[in-house]
Amino acid sequence: MENKQELMHRLKEQIIKQLKLNDKKPEDIGDHDPLFVEGLGLDSIDALELIVLLQQEYNIKLKNAEEGQDVFRSVSTMADYILDHQVNS
Amino acid sequence: MKKTGIYIKAAILLRNGRIIKDDVVIFRSAEKGVLFLNEAYERLAVNYPRFYKMDTLSKMGTVAAAVLLKDSFDPAARQPDEAGIVLSNRNASIEADAQYWEASQEYPSPALFVYTLPNIVIGELSIRYQFKGENAFFVSEAFDAEWLHWYVTDLMTRNLLKTCMCGWLDVFDDQLDACLFLVESDTSETGSTFTAENLKSIYNKNYGK
Repeated sequence: MENKQELMHRLKEQIIKQLKLNDKKPEDIGDHDPLFVEGLGLDSIDALELIVLLQQEYNIKLKNAEEGQDVFRSVSTMADYILDHQVNS
Repeated sequence: MKKTGIYIKAAILLRNGRIIKDDVVIFRSAEKGVLFLNEAYERLAVNYPRFYKMDTLSKMGTVAAAVLLKDSFDPAARQPDEAGIVLSNRNASIEADAQYWEASQEYPSPALFVYTLPNIVIGELSIRYQFKGENAFFVSEAFDAEWLHWYVTDLMTRNLLKTCMCGWLDVFDDQLDACLFLVESDTSETGSTFTAENLKSIYNKNYGK
């Protein structure tokens, strides 16, 4: 299994591709940068795309929408959630 | 005292690999479809963070409106609710519809789904330029200058709008066809008179291939 650093790098590439952030590179996104509003400036449609990304790439379904607020806080929190759910699945 | 009139202050055509504003070629490229729009966006420095997330119709509207309004529209001269948008086309949102259908065979994409209505381009432009007045999107077989003239004149004579960005935005199978007009009601007597004949004449201008 890949470690958290490798997973975060892959996540950044996937986020850029899925959300069409054509002007961003993985190194532009800090591990702990907020993804929404003041950070990457993502919006509610982007949040739905991130849910699809988790499902499509990692076969993980969020249990409820409220959970998304914590999971999608940063690339680091997304990676923690994926690692946790891959171990537990 | 000068009488209030309705005038076409600026007009742009985007077709056949060119963007032409008031008879001046602003941009040309051999690229087709969305690649043409991406290149125009970069070279004309349109600079809008949402651009790459948009469908082709909204991208075309964004590039066309940026060229139309630049140096022709003064936002400070209008209240946001005095400015509106009236658009029309033949193929509605068919490009986005087809892309969404294709993607949904595997996973439906919310970002594609939001563009499966033609009037979304109006929302994008309204947000960007703070045009908060009346808006409408009509689907018709061909550009209908008489209808556009009647509809916009009605909005302006009833004082619902003083500025209107209006015209035709159609995308089908890499074919881009846009003709946008900036129409304003004022006493300046500048620009050409807003008539169906003038709309038709600008739309039908042939600058060659």
